[in-house]
Amino acid sequence: MRKRVEDFTIINNRQVNSEYYILDIQSDDDLPELLPGQFAELRVDGSNTVFLRRPISFYDVDYNNRTISLLIQEVGKGTRQLAGAVPGDILNMIYPLGNSFSSEGVTRALLIGGGVGVAPLLFLGKTLKSNKVDVNFLLGFRNRDFLVDVDKFEACGNVFITTDDGTFGEKGTVLDHMLIKTGLKEYDKIYTCGPQVMMKAVALLAEKENTDCEASLENTMACGFGACLCCIQKTIHGNLRVCVEGPVFNTKEIIW
Amino acid sequence: MVDLAVQIGNLKFKNPVSTASGCFGYGYEYEDFMDVNRLGAIFVKGTTGSNREGNPYPRMAETPSGMLNSVGLQNKGVDYFISDIYPKIKDYDSHIIVNVSGSTIEEYVEVAEKLNELEKIPAIELNISCPNVKEGGMVFGTHCPSAIEVTRSVRKAFAKTMIVKLSPNVTSIHEFAKAVEGAGADAISLINTLLGIAINAKTRKPVLSTVTGGLSGPAVKPVALRMVWQAYHSVKIPIVGMGGIMNATDAIEFILAGATAVQIGTANFIDPAVSMKVLDGIESYCLENGFSDVNDLIGALET
Repeated sequence: MRKRVEDFTIINNRQVNSEYYILDIQSDDDLPELLPGQFAELRVDGSNTVFLRRPISFYDVDYNNRTISLLIQEVGKGTRQLAGAVPGDILNMIYPLGNSFSSEGVTRALLIGGGVGVAPLLFLGKTLKSNKVDVNFLLGFRNRDFLVDVDKFEACGNVFITTDDGTFGEKGTVLDHMLIKTGLKEYDKIYTCGPQVMMKAVALLAEKENTDCEASLENTMACGFGACLCCIQKTIHGNLRVCVEGPVFNTKEIIW
Repeated sequence: MVDLAVQIGNLKFKNPVSTASGCFGYGYEYEDFMDVNRLGAIFVKGTTGSNREGNPYPRMAETPSGMLNSVGLQNKGVDYFISDIYPKIKDYDSHIIVNVSGSTIEEYVEVAEKLNELEKIPAIELNISCPNVKEGGMVFGTHCPSAIEVTRSVRKAFAKTMIVKLSPNVTSIHEFAKAVEGAGADAISLINTLLGIAINAKTRKPVLSTVTGGLSGPAVKPVALRMVWQAYHSVKIPIVGMGGIMNATDAIEFILAGATAVQIGTANFIDPAVSMKVLDGIESYCLENGFSDVNDLIGALET
């Protein structure tokens, strides 16, 4: 798939909570085919301390309106600056980047996300649903205020939620949920994205149950298209680039 | 029309704009974004005698107006380059120049000997300045007798144009420039990255797995310009200048300081087509300022 550099127009900036926001951005042209798991490198203008682009995965895609949604957490200067975007602003992106989740032969999937790591799982869930896959989400958030678009996830399948403080759903993290403790073998595919400790734990449990599992990694990167070799992940095939051979890896290949 | 062709050793570049090793992969990574055939030269990724996995993650830290990296020469070795990469890139209309790295003089010589046999590799860039490998690399570039020895040894093994890439992590750049000129270099390129550290105060740990890394980007440009200028006034061989070039004006500053050609490095990560903008911008500058030949700008700094 041909990569491109393009100016998008920001049409909406929705604050989800004190740290998360969702940018809806629109292209002048028809969007190319985008795949769940892929990402874009966003340019952050106007700061000497934000030098590199920021890699952000696709949260939702609306081909009819030529619109992409990006769920972003403020973690540093770059994402804080992007949070100030207003409708009409221009966002320059390199996209589409990276590989995608695989879904061949999948009939019943469990998508496990933590925090802002739920971002690629909405786009994945939507795509799986349109392919007649039985979609189930297990999503973990810090507390009730940190829930993200639960209705949108519910439109794709069953949703199970945990919060660290128990203000919504089951108390604890996704790793404490009974689905994880007893039910993994009922799915033919597990997809996970979130904090590394969570993904690693999910991967090990899936392996124990002999269920195929893919994780989407978010190593820090410079270029995003395979030139700088900064974002490498140690795997059974050696050091691989998260931006090209990933961000999605079968967890059996990852050396955590 | 502006004459943009420049001469590096026996090699004519159709224009002075090239891309820096480690910042442009093997060229094909950029084919979606630009016509790589328009470049004067592509300096491809550092190549060693055998496969190297490089340093552990994390390898990169963003810093004000720049970045630190400690990739550590990850590459699959010279034999893989010859069998799997060379066939894909040898017919580019830009010169393919291989950056040669090693831990021992024998390794440098082995890589250079093998590359000498490749018809479409007209030049090598001898990397005696990588700050990110434990043994070798920068040791050769910061110890003058070692720099001379490795340059002399590779000179005997490589008959075509040999550019020696210098380290900025020295007190007197002109000593090294002169030393490698005397040892048989056809040209020098500078600067490689400046050794630095990024610290996370929250965790009280270094950001990079290797603690230290190489600084690049606009943060290093004034240092790089100074070193190109000093080198220009101490050697007769041509200089390929680099260090934080983000646009055509930056590139022209390097040429005025004494560079015959320039390399674009870190900027490629932010704007993958930046080298074409630099090329077009150099031509426009010449037209607007009445220069019919870009060579008239080399070292034209009025002091």
